[in-house]
Amino acid sequence: MSTAAFIVIAILTLAAALAAASLPTLIHAALSFAVAFVGIAAFFFLLGAEFVGLVQVFVYVGAVAVLIVFTILLTRRDAATPDKFKWGGVVIAIAVFGGLSWAIFLTPGLSIAPPQIEALTVKRIGEVLMTDYVWPLQCVGLVLTAALIGALILVMEEKR
Amino acid sequence: MNDFLDQIFVRAKQMLLSLLTGAPDWVIQLASSLINIFALLGVFLTLFALISVLERKILGRMQNRYGPNRVGPFGLFQPVADGIKMLIKEDIVPVRADKVVHFLAPIMIAATAILALGVIPYGRNMTPFAIDGGILFFFAVGSTTELAVFMAGWGSNNKFSMLGAMRAIAQMISYELPLIITTFPVVMVVGALSPDAIVAAQGGYALGAVPHWFVTTPWGAAAFILFFVSGLVESNRTPFDVPEGESEIVAGHMTEYSGFKYATFFMAEYFGMFAISGLAVTLFLGGWHAPIAGLQFIPSYVWFFAKLSALLFVYIWVRGTLPRTRVDQIMNFAWKFMLPMAFTCIVAAAVWHYQGRGPAGWFWSLGVIMVVYLALSRLIDTRKKFATRTYRFAE
Repeated sequence: MSTAAFIVIAILTLAAALAAASLPTLIHAALSFAVAFVGIAAFFFLLGAEFVGLVQVFVYVGAVAVLIVFTILLTRRDAATPDKFKWGGVVIAIAVFGGLSWAIFLTPGLSIAPPQIEALTVKRIGEVLMTDYVWPLQCVGLVLTAALIGALILVMEEKR
Repeated sequence: MNDFLDQIFVRAKQMLLSLLTGAPDWVIQLASSLINIFALLGVFLTLFALISVLERKILGRMQNRYGPNRVGPFGLFQPVADGIKMLIKEDIVPVRADKVVHFLAPIMIAATAILALGVIPYGRNMTPFAIDGGILFFFAVGSTTELAVFMAGWGSNNKFSMLGAMRAIAQMISYELPLIITTFPVVMVVGALSPDAIVAAQGGYALGAVPHWFVTTPWGAAAFILFFVSGLVESNRTPFDVPEGESEIVAGHMTEYSGFKYATFFMAEYFGMFAISGLAVTLFLGGWHAPIAGLQFIPSYVWFFAKLSALLFVYIWVRGTLPRTRVDQIMNFAWKFMLPMAFTCIVAAAVWHYQGRGPAGWFWSLGVIMVVYLALSRLIDTRKKFATRTYRFAE
């Protein structure tokens, strides 16, 4: 069951990622990117990391994909016209892929067998965030509040 | 007897599954999921058909006219006629539309709306897909609706569609914040993200009559009202239906859709409404619990759908009563009133919790909410806003 699910999700994710890299229209590429995000979220579900999968959908599909789409829409006039295929992009993609695989293969102690830990429940993540990692959490909150206030100030400037 | 009626659907499903004994595990799992999916779709498509005719009837009653009364007794077969009409209508796709995106948008918007319905507990042991982070799942799925709306607006290649999609996304993003933040106090008080645990925490009665629903506490009542208003916006209902304001931008992101695709959008809107109302019932109105201890003999799902219907009636009532708000009014309301009040609910819930969850906590949290409410209404007094109007771009 889970092998079949893995294969289906893998095909979907890879196809979406490939489409994101190769589709000529920018908006189509961005939308396929969102599909790839959903595929990755499905992987997290399959691995039992429910919370991470949900956050993946929440943040990447709900926020980042919308942000990308709007950025394209608001900054480019030719969002609907197809781009030409660029070989430079292929070279960069292969270089990044090679670099990442190299780094992964160099990492010592990458065992195939899953480590024996208890299931990662939402409750446990919440407890750890509120005890061990409370200071990083507060710092992130502060940074985000600053970003929010900064955005507000940028918008208010126009009104004068 | 009571137990039999209460669990009749669960039993029926077990009986269906017992036909498969001996089959491999994954077949049973698949069959179980399929039964859940078909039950969910059956129930909510029927409810959609019913509510579409009831809404027109109720609106007609409020506006002192008859409403649909030609097809069948009291016009009850109107949805059938509507469905057939929508099915045999010509499907028009604009020549310059982005065909694939235009085609996928209604499918995606309907799929997200149906997915969100899956995690709500409809009765005792009647959650179609009980996952640990059910509330999170609900909002994660809900947040992808924005992308679907964008696809509809952009794929149509029409300025009205694009403007409508922009408006829809703007208000959905703004109101997602209060919507999610008003669920925080409930999640914090219960200590779990699963809808089943939240419903279970609202069981039991104080003095044998007052249910332990969160709406009976001041923070719960405030959060419920905020949640309900945000739900109105999220499902693009009047008075917050600027994305499809007919008098301004034809039909917003649905302008270029016809026939069954339009019907799909319509259906998704109603399914979204059911999902939000269902979550409101789960979070604040005690889910499938009976309001009085003496009425527990009525099956749990009857209570759930009774509460859901009551909320849906309020939706229709509001639609029949209030005019459409302006875009800037909606946004100001979201950021200047809804968001601070939603945060206040968290503080009030904390006060309630640390005062021992008793009468003392009740009054203290009421005090917190009243102080913030009065201060906010002083601060964002809109009267001084209507001085001389300056036009920035249209001199």
